[in-house]
Amino acid sequence: MTATAARSHIHRDNLLTRSLSFLSSQEVILFFVLVGLIVLVGTSNPRYVAERNFINILNGNAYIAVAAIGMSMVIISRNIDISVGSLIGVLGTLSGSLAINGYPIWMSWVVPVLAGALVGAVIGFLVAYLRIPSIVVTLGLLSILKGGLITITGGAWITDLPKDYFLAQIKTPPVSLLGLNLPEIPSPIVFMIVLTILAALWMRYSMTGRAIYAVGGNAEAARLSGISEKRIIMTVFIINGLTVGIAAVLWATQLSIIQSTVPAGLELQVITSAVVGGVSILGGIGTTVGAMLAAILLSAINSALVFIDVSPYWFRAVVGVLILFTVLVDLLRRQRSRASARG
Amino acid sequence: MTSSTLQQSDEMKSGVRLRAFLLRQEVVLFLMMMIAIFILTLGSDKFLTLDNLLNQGRFLTEIALVALPMTFIIITGGIDLSVGSIMGLCAIVLGYMWNPTGPFQWPLELAVAFSLLVGVLCGLVNGLIIVRIGVPPLITTLATLALYRGLAEGISQARSVRNYPEYFYELGQGTLLGVPTQLWMVLVFVIITAIILSRTIFGRSLYAIGNNELGARFSGIPVGLYTIMIYAFSGLMSGIAAWVFVSRVTTTRSDMGTGLELDAIAAVVLGGTSIFGGSGSIVGTVIGLVLIQLLKNGLALSGVTTDGTIVVIGTVLILAILINNYIQRRASAVE
Repeated sequence: MTATAARSHIHRDNLLTRSLSFLSSQEVILFFVLVGLIVLVGTSNPRYVAERNFINILNGNAYIAVAAIGMSMVIISRNIDISVGSLIGVLGTLSGSLAINGYPIWMSWVVPVLAGALVGAVIGFLVAYLRIPSIVVTLGLLSILKGGLITITGGAWITDLPKDYFLAQIKTPPVSLLGLNLPEIPSPIVFMIVLTILAALWMRYSMTGRAIYAVGGNAEAARLSGISEKRIIMTVFIINGLTVGIAAVLWATQLSIIQSTVPAGLELQVITSAVVGGVSILGGIGTTVGAMLAAILLSAINSALVFIDVSPYWFRAVVGVLILFTVLVDLLRRQRSRASARG
Repeated sequence: MTSSTLQQSDEMKSGVRLRAFLLRQEVVLFLMMMIAIFILTLGSDKFLTLDNLLNQGRFLTEIALVALPMTFIIITGGIDLSVGSIMGLCAIVLGYMWNPTGPFQWPLELAVAFSLLVGVLCGLVNGLIIVRIGVPPLITTLATLALYRGLAEGISQARSVRNYPEYFYELGQGTLLGVPTQLWMVLVFVIITAIILSRTIFGRSLYAIGNNELGARFSGIPVGLYTIMIYAFSGLMSGIAAWVFVSRVTTTRSDMGTGLELDAIAAVVLGGTSIFGGSGSIVGTVIGLVLIQLLKNGLALSGVTTDGTIVVIGTVLILAILINNYIQRRASAVE
């Protein structure tokens, strides 16, 4: 065999394995599961795939997908944040309080995001510099935020919000493209898609983004190659605070009432999205795109149960099976790729 | 070496030992608890009475029953987030099987036994997934947290079961020798688990697994079997907690035990068990449990709302770990 022939053979082989590994990546698998579900439920009940329900599915979990961006980074850096649900409740209430107390609307949108970053910085400081495990810090913070919120607000609902406060109800203007009327897209979907893509690009191509993987994958090696683990962990938690802040504003502005309580089990939905999306809880692997697809999938399942006439009380059981299933697929895939790397 | 220097080094050794004892997490925590009791006693004269303290024992029982196996699990470097959901599922199964207007109408004793079996099975499933398939405990039990709660909700369809026979409430509401019945149960389990953890090969192996799993494997410890056993034990204890809870509150609902896992983990971690595994004790967990319950009760009696109390407990959790980290670092610097 001549050298060029050999090289082209290697090249083709490489391309094949690369396209194979792309097809078996968590994101692509999730995408096909999502499409499969939609086709299956759609054929048994066509109303499921009606444009309006479709937008509802995307819109319903969009704020969870936004929070899952930060959570993915936290988990990739080998940490966890179980206080996100409480923080969304607190920041959402803060946003609503600012709006009804006569502050400019833009402040009620921006201040919660900055406050989120501040809380993230505090968590990051406790974890990175005072060396308290993140699960303990956020467990304590969960209690503090939850109890503090109800103590201060007394659980009173926030109503009479100004008319132009509702960021999440704003839609894109109707666009006609090639004679097709494109649907009006609610802003949470736009936030979800834009932020996810930005985060995915940043994590893939920036120095800091790559360093998060390094810290989560092998902290010792990261240290030896000159990465400051402390600074990375601070950065990760601050970004997490930012995305939680945005999620909180989207959550608060979607309805005309803010209940000023902590939505139950929200942290689990955020963590579930990240984990099902292929973010390994052992740190070091995963992307934000997968987390977004997982959040959409959860929303699609929830909606599907209604359309195929299954009691919504079974939703959580389905979610549990789904997490186990995706983790299993993930493990099998990783075993195979390790075997093929060795062979 | 002369005898005087020998004596001197003996004295030094006992000095070091005293220091080491005082710096142990359990002792530091115990002192914190004493300070808390002192302050809370000033807040209300109803606080430091035998009646009140015994009554508080009732409220502590379910968390305590779950926190004991949680100590085992965290010492091995694992975690079990599904305990609250197992408790909910066991409660629903108990009510569903017994329900005189339901499909099964089993005798109550059989329903209780069956619900405990379900608890063990749930724990066994956790253990098998973790050991045989190799899924990390955090994800496994996160998934089963959703799964078991979902089963409880699916089976019950949000209907509660009430009107248990009078004798069934004895466990949750009665007293034995002047002490709430379920506290005897807790006491027995505390003693059993403390002995298992500190005095048996099985117990010491759990520390070895938490410190260095591979090393434990190479020294012939059946790591997989032991791991499956402690998760099954955790399931059993969650089932028992469900039994006590149903007996105390006289009804079954599918949302029972929501958030129980966080209370239990908080008590274990506050008690000095490292969340990374390898160290910890039952005594520490018990002190952690008592400290949290006394804070809740004492603050409530001093006029602080329940929600204000949660804030204090969260703060205490972080501060306690912070102080302990500081003390341990100082201690290791001295050595």
